[in-house]
Amino acid sequence: MDAPLIEIKDISFEYEETKALDNISMKVEKGDFLAILGPNGSGKSTLLKIMLGLIKPSKGSIKLFGVDSKNFKHREWIGYVSQKSNSFNSGFPATVKEVVAGGLAKKAGLFRRLPKTVDEDVLEAMKSVGMEAFLDRSISELSGGQQQRVFIARALVAKPKMLILDEPTVGIDHQNVQAFYDMLAALNREKNITLVMVTHDVDTVTDRISHVACLNQTIHFHGFKEQFQTLSDEERASWYGHSVRKIHHAGGGH
Amino acid sequence: MIDAIFTYDFLQNAFGAGLIIGVIAPLLGVFIVVRRLSLIADALSHVTLAGIAGSLYLSQSVAVFSALNPLFLGIAASVGGSVLIERLRTLYKHYEELAIPIILSAGIGFGAIFISLAQGFSNDLFGYLFGSVSAVSREDLLIVVAIAIVVLAFIVVFFKELFVLSFDDEYAKASGLPAKWIHFMFMIVTALVIAGSMRIVGILLVSSLMTIPVAAAMRVSKSFKQTITLSIIFGEASVIAGLISAFYFDLAPGGTIVVTSILLLLLVLIYKKIAVSVKRGAIA
Repeated sequence: MDAPLIEIKDISFEYEETKALDNISMKVEKGDFLAILGPNGSGKSTLLKIMLGLIKPSKGSIKLFGVDSKNFKHREWIGYVSQKSNSFNSGFPATVKEVVAGGLAKKAGLFRRLPKTVDEDVLEAMKSVGMEAFLDRSISELSGGQQQRVFIARALVAKPKMLILDEPTVGIDHQNVQAFYDMLAALNREKNITLVMVTHDVDTVTDRISHVACLNQTIHFHGFKEQFQTLSDEERASWYGHSVRKIHHAGGGH
Repeated sequence: MIDAIFTYDFLQNAFGAGLIIGVIAPLLGVFIVVRRLSLIADALSHVTLAGIAGSLYLSQSVAVFSALNPLFLGIAASVGGSVLIERLRTLYKHYEELAIPIILSAGIGFGAIFISLAQGFSNDLFGYLFGSVSAVSREDLLIVVAIAIVVLAFIVVFFKELFVLSFDDEYAKASGLPAKWIHFMFMIVTALVIAGSMRIVGILLVSSLMTIPVAAAMRVSKSFKQTITLSIIFGEASVIAGLISAFYFDLAPGGTIVVTSILLLLLVLIYKKIAVSVKRGAIA
């Protein structure tokens, strides 16, 4: 059996005096589509940053693809898509093609040029997010949703085994959020890419994901989405606050 | 003018150094501008001033320094300043921009003290502040050539990493690129370019040659590579026109180069405005 893609054991993290994560343990298996849910300030983004090696936990260990994260050399196996508003430098003078090709930098390696197949690789990644017509456009001309698709293409171009996404729908208008999650579900289903995503869109994503982790400094729930859907409003409110409750859809589901 | 360049060594030195700086300053400037580090160039140029003034002062009292090209101490101060800026940015994590005024003031402070202590180098000092056509020695030219080799090698070797880091530093770190080290080397290379450029453009105007051609290029270019190409073209045009006018009208080349680059920027802004109006008119 393959090792879990992510295996976290007893991780804690503090920002100066404030505890952000307390004794977190969890696994992400190959093929999972995991949504990490939690209120603002619950430590979701901190947990992702620890998974990505951007910050070190004060306690505990993390294995990536069965290897201790300190010794893990294949960062190109993990694609990262951050919150658009937090990260990219808006107004940057670059074409979509240049931005997506940047996703190959780590895979190509230091002191080496990008591979000769860069144009085909970029085109393939852009096709998988339905943006192949935008290759020569300036990145700053695109809408928030289009930019976020480009950033997913940048993460996909190195053909990762797993994508980690931090609230990827921030800045995308409501109408396009559904289509965006459909695209992620297709990547998970058709390309067998494992997805770990922090989100607030509880009800929109539930139909598309396989697993849910509920986080508020500590893990309150981690399991299949079907189990998550059976939780009562009171159980959810006990860790999330009172803003989350089940929405009853016409089809009789939750 | 061409005859004069072949006749006078000092003109060969000035034009040689100018043409090289016209490439490397805007080339590095593109990364400085898109990474929003323009003010760091200013801080480092003032630290270079402290190094140069220190060297000129020491040359009057310490024998070793009298034979030393002041550019060397300027380079050392600039590189030291870039390391200090990084340390301060780490120390004041939530107020990273504080590092710039601290180092800039320190540079001016030390510079002013050394200038007051040393008497009688006002002509030299004027050249260092605003550039000089006649003061560029063959040794200065060779230093500029050496700096250019380092800068070009750095950018060619780390181009893809620098691009990713400039566009999105969090992504660069998350994807496992050695962002910290590349940024550190970038700061050192920036310090070298600033120290190397100031013989021609002058300490007070060196950051302009790294930013104004880029500001003009960004208005009209469609890609990152085009931004680099246009920045270098605008930079070179400013240096050539600036040096020629400085030679004929006996003006400080720093001033003529920067004013030329400002004129080019204005032309680009006017062109862009007309182009946008024409496009809107065509659509309407």
